[in-house]
Amino acid sequence: MEHIPENTHIHRDDEASKIGMWLFIFTEMLLFGGLFIVYSIYRYLHPVAFELAADELDVAAGTINTVILLISSMTIAMSVSAIQKGDRKKTLMFLGATLFLALMFLVNKYFEWGSKISHGLYPGSDSLHELGHGDTLFFGLYYFMTGLHALHIIIGVVLIATVMYRVYKSRVREDKYALLENTGLYWHLVDLIWIFLFPLFYLVT
Amino acid sequence: MSENLTPSGEPSYLQYKGRYRGIFAWIFSTDHKRVGLLYLWSIMTFFIVGAILGLLMKMELISPGKNIMGPQTYNGFFTLHGIIMIFLIVIPGLPAVFGNFFLPIMIGARDVAFPRLNLTSWWLYMLGAVVVLTSQFTGGGPPDTGWTFYAPYSFQTPTNMLPAVTGAFILGFSSILTGLNFIVTIHRMRAPGMSWFKMPLFPWSLYATAWIQVIATPIVGVTLLMIIAERTLNIGFFNPALGGDPILYQHLFWIYSHPAVYIMILPAMGAISEIIPTFSRKTIFGYKAIIASTVAIAFVGYFVWGHHMFTSGMSGVALYTFSILTFLVAIPSAIKVFNWVSTMHKASINLQTPFYWAVSFIFVFMIGGFSGLVLGALSTNVHLHDTHFVVAHFHFIVFGGTGFAFFGAMHYWFPKVFGRQYDAGWANIGWLTFFIGFVTLYGPMFYLGIAGMPRRYYDYVEVFHGGNIISSFGAIILIAGAGIIIANLVKSAIYGEEAKQNPWGGITLEWQVPSPPPLENFDEIPHITKGPYDYS
Amino acid sequence: MDNNGKPHIVPYKNHIAVLAVLLILTALSVAVTSIELGPLTVTVALLLATAKALVVLIYFMHLKFDNIIYSIMVAFVMFSIISIIVITFLDYLFR
Repeated sequence: MEHIPENTHIHRDDEASKIGMWLFIFTEMLLFGGLFIVYSIYRYLHPVAFELAADELDVAAGTINTVILLISSMTIAMSVSAIQKGDRKKTLMFLGATLFLALMFLVNKYFEWGSKISHGLYPGSDSLHELGHGDTLFFGLYYFMTGLHALHIIIGVVLIATVMYRVYKSRVREDKYALLENTGLYWHLVDLIWIFLFPLFYLVT
Repeated sequence: MSENLTPSGEPSYLQYKGRYRGIFAWIFSTDHKRVGLLYLWSIMTFFIVGAILGLLMKMELISPGKNIMGPQTYNGFFTLHGIIMIFLIVIPGLPAVFGNFFLPIMIGARDVAFPRLNLTSWWLYMLGAVVVLTSQFTGGGPPDTGWTFYAPYSFQTPTNMLPAVTGAFILGFSSILTGLNFIVTIHRMRAPGMSWFKMPLFPWSLYATAWIQVIATPIVGVTLLMIIAERTLNIGFFNPALGGDPILYQHLFWIYSHPAVYIMILPAMGAISEIIPTFSRKTIFGYKAIIASTVAIAFVGYFVWGHHMFTSGMSGVALYTFSILTFLVAIPSAIKVFNWVSTMHKASINLQTPFYWAVSFIFVFMIGGFSGLVLGALSTNVHLHDTHFVVAHFHFIVFGGTGFAFFGAMHYWFPKVFGRQYDAGWANIGWLTFFIGFVTLYGPMFYLGIAGMPRRYYDYVEVFHGGNIISSFGAIILIAGAGIIIANLVKSAIYGEEAKQNPWGGITLEWQVPSPPPLENFDEIPHITKGPYDYS
Repeated sequence: MDNNGKPHIVPYKNHIAVLAVLLILTALSVAVTSIELGPLTVTVALLLATAKALVVLIYFMHLKFDNIIYSIMVAFVMFSIISIIVITFLDYLFR
């Protein structure tokens, strides 16, 4: 695309990309905001069932994933500091750490979902419907919200891998790192959503 | 090519040669003006389809009993008519066509902030449209839920809901990208000297609209995803049999879809605010009041969604709150009307087709707005909910408001877009026919609704026959008018007289570039020192 | 990048300090669940989550070092989300 003459008027404006990224983050916040409305309404309508159902979830697994995401948020923030200093090697190292932690999160999530599903607790399952309305809704929301969140993690993994490649090729560098900065913003958003998902599903019992 | 451009011999955006030839020079072009025209052609095509569907429904309703279609076909027709008109036409409508084309020019920029994203948004729009339309020809038959996809029916009906809902989700994405692009463009790319309060009113309305697009659309996005999950996984979000609450679906749906009404009407008001001062040759009255009312409508309009659900069984407190907030929206809307009318006061008005459209816009918008107050009052709403009164009300607002403003803007900016002048005689005849058809079509519906005729039925009892005959004939006149307008515009775009740079004597920036504008709009980015409507 | 074009480079040790705060808040919110607070449980959990979110927004997402317009936008969006939730609850609380 770079060689089309009509693209000569595309100026590089990092501040514009950043506002754009923030606006995208707002749409994501509203997307999950809609789900938080659903969660809070159904929690209000079925308080006891929601508390008991939350007991079924593994607090340890949730806590580990929270810690993983928080650390990964720090490593990607550090990678931004590193590229600003022009330290390509450290940038790659921190991004690699973030990527590794993101994959760890997904592995943990896989086992967590797997154990729930093996107990027959999945959307539409008979044993879930037998537990009653509150549990059906709780686990419906659990799978839908953490699933949507996991999808965002996967997108993040792809993004981070892309940025790493570009840093490696020096296309993202000390004087041109908007892509890395915006990927960082995206990754913090994923963290931000989890910060609310974690207490609402695992802790409030 | 940009390197051999000269101020005199620059090729216009219609002529320049890029990397691609033929149709590819358009569908792969990132030029904001070409993207705007892509939207224009797509929207016009869908409008013809949607209007024909509407005409066929009116022909079914011309007399009681089955005339040309049965109940299931009729349900499919009003669903598709709604989806096409709402998601494919009036929501992208003015922002995607005239916003894309004129926002950068009016703020003195060479393009939008993210030209490639802009093109992507058109591609997503087309993808969404194709996905929506496949629902008609595959699976269990055309969706029959109405464009609102109300639960629980939307996940119980055997018809082909998934493509319709998925398509609407994709269209939402396209709308978000347009809004995001406009916000960044306005923040970052205004010409030097153009402070926020030196910006013309059309860009201002696009700014407010873009914020609604960005923060309301995701809610309907996730709601549509939940409908998809509901149909495929049987989760029970909105299924009373599994503990879900269908009214919560209505809440979520209208949290977006009411602000969506303001996505439709605010840019329309912005365009009217451009047309009126130009043809009044006068500064607009209350420039800052119009901006304040635009922002107020966008803001308050975000919190009034519940007035679509007055009979759904909400709590009393919610009913009163939503009713009061709804009445509040009337205030900024009225401020705008006063300002437009005051602008015309003692002006030497240049009576041209765009001005006719603008004045008729004010007329139909006020009828639509006042009937909205009737519906916003709780006691009358109980009687009128889901009757033809509602149909008349929202057609007066959405079609009368957005549609009239769209045609007005089309005539106003036509010489700039195509570099040719439309035939004024036919344009006026088209406008008059359209206007008469419009009032004849939707006027009787107010009466029919008060008399108790419900909406969304293919049949009715004999007592409603008279009003329906008038209404159906109105539909024929309206379609004839639309035909004249479109034929005249298409013919003029090809064979019309060459237009001057500034045929109306407008003073916003788009009239200071050649007609049609060159690829990069300006040889030199202008420095702004005066307000946008300073005719002194 | 802030307005004068020079990026504000956050030292590594500041990131570590921020992480430490976040981990402490997480530990706190897990510990609190073992105490029976009744209806306050949800409130406390949400307050701690909000505190964590603010730390992430202000430090990791650079709101502190960026143009004030970003903070205004974030505050506006947060206000919108909270308003929607409150208004929706006007229906359910009083049914």
